[in-house]
Order: sequence, then C-alpha cells, then structure tokens
Amino acid sequence: MKKALAMEIRIEKDLGDFRLDLAFSSDCRRIGILGASGCGKSLTLKCIAGIETPDRGRIQIGEKLMFDSQRRISQKPQVRRVGYLFQNYALFPTMTVEQNIGAGLTGKKPAIRRQVSRMVELFQLEGLEKRLPGQLSGGQQQRVALARILAYEPEVILLDEPFSALDVYLRDQMQRELMELLKDYPGIVILVSHNRDEVYRMSEELLILEKGRLAGQGPTRELFREPKNTAAARLTGCKNIAACLRQGDGTFLIPEWEFTFSLLELGSRGAGFFKGRGGREIHAAAIRAHQFRVRRTEEPCFSFPVLEPVVTEDLFEFHISFRPGEAAPGRMDWKVSKEIWDLERDGLPARLFLKKEDLLLLDG
Amino acid sequence: MDEIVKLLTELDYSPLFISLKTGIAATVVSFFLGIYAAGKAMKAGPRAKAVLDGILTLPLVLPPTVAGFFLLLLFSTRRPVGAYLYDKFDLKIIQSWAGCVIAATVIAFPLMYRNARAAFEQMDVNLIYAARTLGMPERKIFWKVVLPTAGPGVAAGTVLTFARALGEYGATSMLAGNIAGKTGTISQKIAMVLQDGDYRMAGIWVGIVLALAFLLVLLLNLMLGKKLKHVKRW
Repeated sequence: MKKALAMEIRIEKDLGDFRLDLAFSSDCRRIGILGASGCGKSLTLKCIAGIETPDRGRIQIGEKLMFDSQRRISQKPQVRRVGYLFQNYALFPTMTVEQNIGAGLTGKKPAIRRQVSRMVELFQLEGLEKRLPGQLSGGQQQRVALARILAYEPEVILLDEPFSALDVYLRDQMQRELMELLKDYPGIVILVSHNRDEVYRMSEELLILEKGRLAGQGPTRELFREPKNTAAARLTGCKNIAACLRQGDGTFLIPEWEFTFSLLELGSRGAGFFKGRGGREIHAAAIRAHQFRVRRTEEPCFSFPVLEPVVTEDLFEFHISFRPGEAAPGRMDWKVSKEIWDLERDGLPARLFLKKEDLLLLDG
Repeated sequence: MDEIVKLLTELDYSPLFISLKTGIAATVVSFFLGIYAAGKAMKAGPRAKAVLDGILTLPLVLPPTVAGFFLLLLFSTRRPVGAYLYDKFDLKIIQSWAGCVIAATVIAFPLMYRNARAAFEQMDVNLIYAARTLGMPERKIFWKVVLPTAGPGVAAGTVLTFARALGEYGATSMLAGNIAGKTGTISQKIAMVLQDGDYRMAGIWVGIVLALAFLLVLLLNLMLGKKLKHVKRW
C-alpha cells in the first residue's frame, strides 16, 4: 500500500433534522466511504471539496489546511485542487467535449490545447472532441468528466456514487474502466457508495458511516471480514443480526434465535470480549447468510435446525429463510449457490452448521 | 387603397421610433439589472430572497399608474431627488425621453428578473459546483456556464421584457407625458387620437402594434422551440 498525503478531517454540520459529526484521519490513497443513503456521505465529500461549509471542524490534506473553524480558515473550492466526480457527471451542456476538458485550465492557449489533446488521447475520446455532452453515451460522459478533472491535476479526487444511476451490466464495465483509468493517478481517491461490492473492489481503507457518525474504520478487507458493530455488519452485507444478552453463568443468549454460546468455545474470536480484562461488551451477534454449511466440518461447529423454511429461487442462488429453533421468534437467512446445494436435487437439509469462528460478535 | 398608401407615406412615424428606442433602451438596462438581481437572489438566503423577490416583482403586479405615482414622487423637480438631479446634473427625468425609459424599465424589469431566475433555478446546481472545483472564477462560471445553460429562458425573458416595454402606457404617460416627437410613444398616440375620435389613425397604429407583437411572439416561440421539444401533449 503506497502511502499518500496524510489526511485529517473533522466535520460537524447541523442541518436541523440531520447532524453530521465525524472525524477520521488516513494516509491511504484509495479510501471508500460506505453508508446507506442519507447517512451524510455526499455531504462529507462536499465539505472536503468546499462546496458545503461545515459548522465546525478542520480539514487538512497534506500540508494544505483547507478548513479550520477555529482559525477562521475556509479555502474556496477554486483553490483546493479537489476534483469531484458527480453522479450525473455535471458536464457543461453547452460546451463541446474539448471545451469541457479545458474549462478549468488557465495559461497560454497552446499549452491548454496540448493538455486537452493529451487527455482526449488518454481517455480514448478521439473523434468526439466537437460533440456536446448530450450526444454522448453514459460511458463516454463519465470519461469526459474524469478527463476534465484529471486535466486540472487535482491532489484529491472525490467519486460521489459514480455508478448508482447505471444498470448492472454497464456498472461492472464502467467500474473496471474507472479503476483502470485511476490506476496511475498518484493522488488520493475517495469513493462514496452504498454498494458494498463497489467499495470492496475499489478501496484499500474503508470508513463506515451511519446517521452522520463514523461506525467503523479500517483496512477494507479486514472490516468486511470482521465488522465490529451492528451498523458495520449490516452495511457490509450481514443478513442475520440479533441482539445478544450476557447471562448469569457467563454464557450468552440470543433470544431471537433461541441460541446460547460461551466465549470459551469461540476460540480466538471471543478473546477480545472477556469481561474484567478490558474486553469489549457484546451487544449483538451476526452471521453471514453465505457462511452456513450443509455438512459438519472438521472444525467445531454450531448447529441450527431448519424449521418452517421459505425458499426463494434466484438465478444462481437459493435464499432460504428459516426459524432456527422451536421457540425462536426470529428467522435466519441462508444463501447458497446452486453449484453447492441444489434444492431440487438435494432437498432441504434438516440442519445447518456454522463454524464457531464465523459467529461475528458486535459491540454496538 | 390609394388613400391608405398616401396615409402611410405621409404618416409621422416618430411614435414608432420613440417606442422602439424606448423598448430597446429599457430592455438593455433590464437585461443586465435583471440577470444581476436574479444571480444575487440565487445566492441569498431564503429570507433575504423572499424580501428581495417581493420588492423586485412588485412593479409587475401593481397598476402602472401606481408605479407612475411613485416615480413622480421620486423624480418631480419639486422633490429632493428630482431637484438634486436637475440642479447638479441638469438632468430632467419628467417630461423627457429619459422618463420614458425609466418608466418602461421599472414596469418591464420584473419580467426579465423572474424569467432569468426561473431559468437559473431550473439549472443543475452541480454544474456550478463542478465549475468551482475545477478552479473556474465565479465571473467566468457565470458567463461561460450559467448564462449559456440558462440561455433559452433568459432569451425568452428578454423578448417579453422588450414587448412589455414597447407597449408601456400608464407609468410613461404620468412620468414622461405625451410630447409629440419627444416622448410620444405608440400607446400614447393611440389613446390621444382615439380621444379625438380619429378611428382611422388609431387603426393604423393598432395595425403596426399588432404586426410588431406578432413578430415578437413568433421570435419567442422560435427561441423556445428547442426547449419545448420534449414537452408532451396533454
């Protein structure tokens, strides 16, 4: 992981019915922000770009102090050198592709022309120079928008849900294209999305945002493997999350699933939660829908009965919702690829198994 | 027929030229002021915007004679402002062409302002944000991004402003009066000859106004044509 400029951000902004309050620092070049819509992701980016002004806080990237409410510093967006890729690309509709790319450039005409044609070549826009944005396909528009940003040589590029308006097929293709185009970009890229696959693919460090607050930060893969709290578990795609109670004898009960476990049997997974040793409190537990197994493994396993199953068939997967106990009020979700378990061929299993280390413990 | 040709060739065309001159001058002034005010309104907070909007739109809803009354209060040479202008700069607004222009501007300005603002409001604000993050100075953003994008709406506002200024009667007659060859506009000419019972002369000027107005509406539709393409029939 190549180190980038150190970034230190603290933003507080009150919008009446919504409050953004988060602080983080990072020296990573590819940062993802994951959160449901309305969690303040876009507002965070807008504050970094200088489009919105925080009520309080501090935004520093590298040597550059862009915002500091205490010292009454608030740089104009024009001087921050932070590129912003809007969801709708925000290409200037009355300017040609060429004019769009050159819009932010200053200096001598020949130099601008050289830079524009360099970008046109780099982004494979040859032949489209004289077209208006309205005459371009979605993919071409994205390339123009990115070319326009990179021509200006920003130190940071912010990607605001760049693919959410696209259909699935186009989305995959453009994701790949964008990753390829940004591969050699030396600056910081911050991607905001509610799509976990997108941030998993495109970021090295991940921030999880919930209701305007930071619910988790860490290396992307680690955060997906081991979410620390309910918000992080939900946003990284955990389907089964339930509240967890500590009982008198030191075991834990998940009433929803009529299920009991003890920390000792969890091995290393339980290590950080022992009370009296500064361990974290356990408030909830989570199980990924894909991690159930139909056969007992070598490793120690929990086992759940499959009661009152409801089956939904997808193209490549089956979704099975079931009750994991006679008296369990809640249900669990199991997802299984047809390659592994075809219900038509194999029938429904009577029990499902979960490796003990796959039970995720959440502290909030 | 010969009679009409004779009438048209011998006609004193000064009302037409005065009206056109006044319309053009008032439109030019309204164009810049209206766009400037609309730009300011877009940047103002909600409360300031409501107040600003109310004041700027007032002349559109007031009877022109009420606007004329206020203009007289302001510019009469017996009142402070009018007297000051007259004494210091030898500027007389009442009973002069300048009065025509001021009256027409005040009445027609809200049309420019409101149309420009509506066009700005319809614009995708991300365009402005994008331009800012690309380092474009505010002035360049306005001229290169905002105005061209809002172009059709602004153009429509300009034509409406011109049309309104061209036909202004009430405030003009109070502030500038009807001095033939100086402040006598077409509207005032029509009113005057009708008072004398000269229906033929009135008809000729009405015909001229109709032709002009029709041309302007045609121009308006041509300009908006592209924008209206996506509009579905009810």
